[in-house]
Amino acid sequence: MPEIRNYTLNFGPQHPAAHGVLRLVLEMDGEVIERADPHIGLLHRATEKLAESKPYNHSIPYMDRFDYVSMMCNEHGYVMAVEKLLGVEVPERALYIRTMYDEITRLLNHLMWLGTHALDVGAMTMFLYTFREREDLLDCYEAVSGARMHAAYYRVGGVYRDLPDDMPKYENNKFRSDAEIAKKNEVRQGSLLDFIEDFTNRFPGLVDEYETLLTDNRIWKQRTVGIGVVSPERALQLGFSGAMLRGSGIAWDLRKKQPYAAYRKMDFDIPIGHNGDCYDRYLVRIEEMRQSNRIIRQCVDWLKRHPGPVIVSDHKVAPPNRVDMKEGMEGLIHHFKLFTEGYCTPPGEVYAAVEAPKGEFGCYIISDGANKPYRMKIRAPGFAHLSAMDEMVKGHMLADVVAVIGTMDIVFGEVDR
Amino acid sequence: MNESVNSGSARRYQSLADNLTRTFSKQGCTVKYALGEVSVEIPADQLIDVATRLRDDADFRFEELIDLCGVDYSDYGRSEWTTGEASFTGFGRGVEGSEDSAPENDRRYAVVYHLLSVSLNLRLRLRVFADSAQPIINSVTSVWRSADWYEREAFDLFGILFYGHQDLRRILTDYGFVGHPFRKDFPLEGHVEMRYDNEKGRVVYEPVSIVPRTLVPKVIRTDNRYLDEVNQQQDPADA
Repeated sequence: MPEIRNYTLNFGPQHPAAHGVLRLVLEMDGEVIERADPHIGLLHRATEKLAESKPYNHSIPYMDRFDYVSMMCNEHGYVMAVEKLLGVEVPERALYIRTMYDEITRLLNHLMWLGTHALDVGAMTMFLYTFREREDLLDCYEAVSGARMHAAYYRVGGVYRDLPDDMPKYENNKFRSDAEIAKKNEVRQGSLLDFIEDFTNRFPGLVDEYETLLTDNRIWKQRTVGIGVVSPERALQLGFSGAMLRGSGIAWDLRKKQPYAAYRKMDFDIPIGHNGDCYDRYLVRIEEMRQSNRIIRQCVDWLKRHPGPVIVSDHKVAPPNRVDMKEGMEGLIHHFKLFTEGYCTPPGEVYAAVEAPKGEFGCYIISDGANKPYRMKIRAPGFAHLSAMDEMVKGHMLADVVAVIGTMDIVFGEVDR
Repeated sequence: MNESVNSGSARRYQSLADNLTRTFSKQGCTVKYALGEVSVEIPADQLIDVATRLRDDADFRFEELIDLCGVDYSDYGRSEWTTGEASFTGFGRGVEGSEDSAPENDRRYAVVYHLLSVSLNLRLRLRVFADSAQPIINSVTSVWRSADWYEREAFDLFGILFYGHQDLRRILTDYGFVGHPFRKDFPLEGHVEMRYDNEKGRVVYEPVSIVPRTLVPKVIRTDNRYLDEVNQQQDPADA
């Protein structure tokens, strides 16, 4: 009789299904996981310490790099914390723009999640489909901020600039025929809002397409139903938030329960699961995409009818416009002080949280009255989710580890910070 | 904007603060309500008792630990630039850390907990100070399971020890890392840098070659804008 022993398997950090730089040390009994020990920190950049050495505004671009597939939601959490500290009231149009872009970001994130999760589990096609739609949404990012990913668009007191009146178009080139380019540019003739409206009209049909491929797919269900089950009580104990919590049947969404930006005026529903397995979380996120689409449409409608300022006029916090800066002494001084020293916040501490696509993204700032935060702590949803890895995969097969990583929607930018 | 809703939540938090004061002041806790948030400072020896009651009492029901982080208060309120002096002497870019002047008191390290009550829709912040020389705090992993990794992180970054934690290893820093990088006396540039050595055929660590530089000095302005909270709402035109 040969001796049978547990053995240890090293999964990652360079494994394509590890979603970045996750190193998992798995203790296995045959193909069954006995213990999973995630080693994280391979992407640790000490962003929180860097933020302590920089004026408040300089840290906004760092926020994009936390969860680098839901960029603007991270910025939102940060600027909300600083605004709370300063007592700044944001103009209403900026609140609607933020709401709209938060939801665009949610779509970006969920599309990325859906594509990679399905790819990990073996459905290659999803990845191609979801990235087709991500392209349009990234164009919206680009139109408004100039950057496709790391936008730095939200600013303390509002957003950097108003939505553009025209949408960037494809140029004729030798790789595609002119007719093809003209067809691509058809939806880009109007303003950014027209483009987004057109997208919201198309998108529900596209979600149906994804569902046709997955929801009743036998293989997909075999791989996700009953995998990584978390009871509601455990979900709270483990510090879950977002879709991970809702998948377990707890109706908790900060957009409804502690509304910020313009969510109070939005009409949308919160989907919840009841088995708490990977399949339920998949259904929850699919439905969230449909709801996000609804919110975006309401925002577009409101924004078309209500022009107005998009950032506060208090030049102690937000820079004056170029004309004021070039022609007025007052504007010049404000501009100079703001860009050399920044603004000082009153001493105190705040915690502001937004419902990021992955869960609760919180920003805790302690200020001692200086122009830099004294201590900043980012509460990243993925960190809490990944810490439950051991509990979620215990007793499952090795292949299920991949499904669980996928369902957690892990991004290492935010886990390691 | 939404005055009625905001004042509604202010009332709820005010009553939570009163309730906490009533329940826990005997145990030496002090409750503070500021900026719409309630913070409780707990004596280190009462932590587990208070935390368990906050989780289980019907009035509080903070079932979820949202966040836990360490704080090093040794540089609190110290600016790198005092306008009077610096105007005459100029400001040196190579600002040295404040290793010489770190105050030795028992309020240097703190651990801050953020709690969430899903059933009552409330948030709460707890703060516990640890001894400066040997910061040890009781672990709350038995109360909230999610504290596990957060405590490992606070240990890694600040060197705060958690008594009763099952598996207090480093989590974010490199294997074999020395020091606790988020302490205020740990330089931003770190102590070592690493490169691949062709001759030795492996990665080597060397003392860091980056010179510390402060691009924007830390300034504390005691503007009259912030002297009282009412002034914050002043007209932007005359700000």
